[in-house]
Amino acid sequence: MTASTTAQDATGVSVPPSQKVLHVREHCVEIVSDSGEGAQKCGQSFGAVCAKMGNGVWTVEIIPAEIQPPARTPAGASGVRIRFGTGPVTNGGNDAQLVVAFNEQVLLARLRANSLAEDAVILIENCWKDHDDETIRAAWKNAFETIGKRGFRIIEVPMEELCLTVVDDPRRGKNMFAFGMLAAVYDRDVERCKAQIAFTFRKKSQEIYDRNSKLFDLGHGWAKENLDFRIDIPTHAVEREMLVMNGNTALGMGAIASGMDLCSMYPITPATSVSHYLSDVFENAGGIVHQAEDEIAAAGVAIGASYAGKVAFTVTSGPGLALKTEFLGLATMTEVPLVVIDVQRGGPSTGLPTKVEQSDLLAVLWGQPGDAPKVIMAPSTIEECFHVVITARRIAETFRCVVFILSDANLATGVTPFPRPQTDPRWVAGPPDQSPVPEGLRPYDWDPRTGLSRRFVPGQPGGMYTLTGLVHDENSKVRYAPGVNENACEMRSRKIAVLQSTLQPPTPHGGDEGDVLVVGWGSTRGAIEEAVDIARAEGLAASSVNLTFLSPLEPGLRDLFSRFGAVMTVEVNYSDEKDAPYITDENRRRGQLCTLLRAQTLVDVDCWTRVPGAPLRPADILSAIRAKIAEGGRS
Amino acid sequence: MTATCTLTDCGTTPDTDYSMDDYQGPEARWCPGCGDHSVLSSVQRLLATHQMAPERTVFVSGIGCSSRFPHYLRTFGFHGIHGRALPVSVGVKLARPDLDVFAVMGDGDCCSIGAGHWIHATRYNVNMTVLLLDNNIYGLTKKQTSPTTPQGFKTNTQPRGSYLPALNPLTVTLGITNASFVAQTADWAPQHLYETLEAAYAHQGFSFVRIMQRCPVWTSILFQDAVRDPARVAVLVHERGIRDAGTEELHKHHIDHDPSDLDAARHLAEEGGMRLGLFYRDASCPRYEETRRQAAYTPAERIAVLEKEFDRHAV
Repeated sequence: MTASTTAQDATGVSVPPSQKVLHVREHCVEIVSDSGEGAQKCGQSFGAVCAKMGNGVWTVEIIPAEIQPPARTPAGASGVRIRFGTGPVTNGGNDAQLVVAFNEQVLLARLRANSLAEDAVILIENCWKDHDDETIRAAWKNAFETIGKRGFRIIEVPMEELCLTVVDDPRRGKNMFAFGMLAAVYDRDVERCKAQIAFTFRKKSQEIYDRNSKLFDLGHGWAKENLDFRIDIPTHAVEREMLVMNGNTALGMGAIASGMDLCSMYPITPATSVSHYLSDVFENAGGIVHQAEDEIAAAGVAIGASYAGKVAFTVTSGPGLALKTEFLGLATMTEVPLVVIDVQRGGPSTGLPTKVEQSDLLAVLWGQPGDAPKVIMAPSTIEECFHVVITARRIAETFRCVVFILSDANLATGVTPFPRPQTDPRWVAGPPDQSPVPEGLRPYDWDPRTGLSRRFVPGQPGGMYTLTGLVHDENSKVRYAPGVNENACEMRSRKIAVLQSTLQPPTPHGGDEGDVLVVGWGSTRGAIEEAVDIARAEGLAASSVNLTFLSPLEPGLRDLFSRFGAVMTVEVNYSDEKDAPYITDENRRRGQLCTLLRAQTLVDVDCWTRVPGAPLRPADILSAIRAKIAEGGRS
Repeated sequence: MTATCTLTDCGTTPDTDYSMDDYQGPEARWCPGCGDHSVLSSVQRLLATHQMAPERTVFVSGIGCSSRFPHYLRTFGFHGIHGRALPVSVGVKLARPDLDVFAVMGDGDCCSIGAGHWIHATRYNVNMTVLLLDNNIYGLTKKQTSPTTPQGFKTNTQPRGSYLPALNPLTVTLGITNASFVAQTADWAPQHLYETLEAAYAHQGFSFVRIMQRCPVWTSILFQDAVRDPARVAVLVHERGIRDAGTEELHKHHIDHDPSDLDAARHLAEEGGMRLGLFYRDASCPRYEETRRQAAYTPAERIAVLEKEFDRHAV
């Protein structure tokens, strides 16, 4: 090693301190930098190595809203949180216990976001402390007036000084230095780390790999020599082969598996990375990503392709969903099968483009004018993001309907390992049916009991008909007679009930009865179940249930709810607080699933919802459960 | 109409023998005297001439009088939503390049609510035939100003006369990168209309045909002079253009125009006036559906790709 300075000990004495080993079952680490300094690459590499070594891992991206926010500002904080442990990890957790910060301003951002544990260890770049620029020195001093008041253990690290021995621009080197430090602190396998660096820079030259490998060694060496602690988190031997990816990649892989050939999209955060992934690989599998001229056209192209025989999908987020509305109504009305992936972000309007929210449920369910029944599914894990697309494609085709997949920004960018699925060729949709249409069969030959009918595809001899968004009869003829519209509405609606008849009642997590049942959907599942587990360990009679199907709702809910003293949804969308000014039981606007459950079950379901622009924390859900039980009785 | 079997073909009787009646749907319910009837007849003639299999032919439309078009044919039809015929057509063609696709739109459909798609579909240059039935008015919703309504023409939304100069669909289309076929014809020149459809169908690419179309109810006056006085109509003539002896005989005003000359085409379009003929054609423009075409695969092949992706993400 060439240098070994620390803030506490600037003597330059290069004696390895005796290291205290902290044994824990899990830890939560954050790496934060200015945008463009590569903290995300560092965090993802570290997370991948943890997964490969057999830890449960969940990562959460910390994303600034701008592409190039000003350097050294809280608004520009960019990075990643890695929660990892001996057992499975299903969510981003509560407070970070160790933070690597590339400057004091991004650290302030995390402090203000209440992300840091009171006794967090903070490894911070110290080049700003005695910087030539007086305003920077002042900013450091100022920030530490806040930071210093907390119970953090601050360890200053001469990252820039050391990185400059390898690279000219330390902005392009600190991330691998930080990776090296973390690898030393958590005793990660160096061989695996090097393999990860090779993977990260696989498209770059050997020289770039060598440089990054050297930076890693530098950080690793510094931590070994200068830190007086090490953190041990036991790993499990990996029994099943695991895959590691984020939810958007999993959705893209699901599309490949489902046999769909066309992803028609328009760029929108946080959905776009589904198409980034697919653009890279879809053509190897005979598919294409069509970047349409706008969100409306993206829906139209997918509908045109579906109509022509092969179910296609479009992927979007809130504002794009709003634009697609008319086309989605058309697909519903004409029974053109379609899969729509909505990776939800904060709204309304442009809202919180990069942040998580679950606010599109009712817009999807009721967003089209007229009665437009459809299927809505919400994957709750990254593994489910893969499987849900296969199921959605099948349902869309079988029921000739639109199937929405509601993911969100938390699943989109969260990374976690899951068991490698056993593939099945039956997942893959076959080529379009080109057989002659049997004599007498009509384009909407609804089975009067189920509403199901066989789809005619261009190319099928004898199948010619004109599809129309106007009210039509079984022959697809425009007819405005009252009975025609009533029958068509009934047939389209019936299909949803038929699908529900094939579903199983959901299994609650915890127990079958008790004081409170938490109902959730989508990405909150891990945090809710973790909160329920802690509550039960405390002796509270709490359970939870996660709904994958939101339309139709899964069967047996009223019966399930009746076995609990209170039922409460936990959601990442807005609801009025009960004790806020003007709010009464009658005018209170509740969470979206809550509203739906009250309407459908007539149970007095309560809700606890938040819109912090961040995933819900188990600790906060736990508090809500405790409060609900303390309230006693029904909501 | 019977398909002829030539020696250069296989020498056997073709197994299709479609007459114009075979493409006939329910009786068209446009107003008597509506120009759309004439377009429908020409299209049926085109279908029969080329013996297009009805089940492999798709007519996509938007909303408006002209968008009822698919209902009156016995092919596959897609009567969708206002302004969006082109995205749907692009989707059909991307999924099924083997199908013959026609898009039928009105001026409100194409030039107003769907104008964005018009620009981009022109640029995609997907192989399809596009009919803009331009009657200069919103007819179905009863006489509102459209982008192509002449300035000063009184409508229900602009009763003191349309405020702005009319948009010129030809200059717009000719201004778009990768535009490959632009022609203009009129519903009252049936033979020229037919020859134009022939040329449009033969062209491999996005064949944009603006058809000046009379609306007897709302805009009969707008085309009256041109219909009554052949001298008011000019015909573009060229050996590589659209030729019809009868039209050239009737309209003495000829403009010699080479349809491969884009600058001249833009200049001619800019001058406006009632001009029939082929403004521009370039068969070399790249076609999006060809560029993006993917080989078919078996489920096993697709699963093999998936397994490779799993390998890439395995730990």
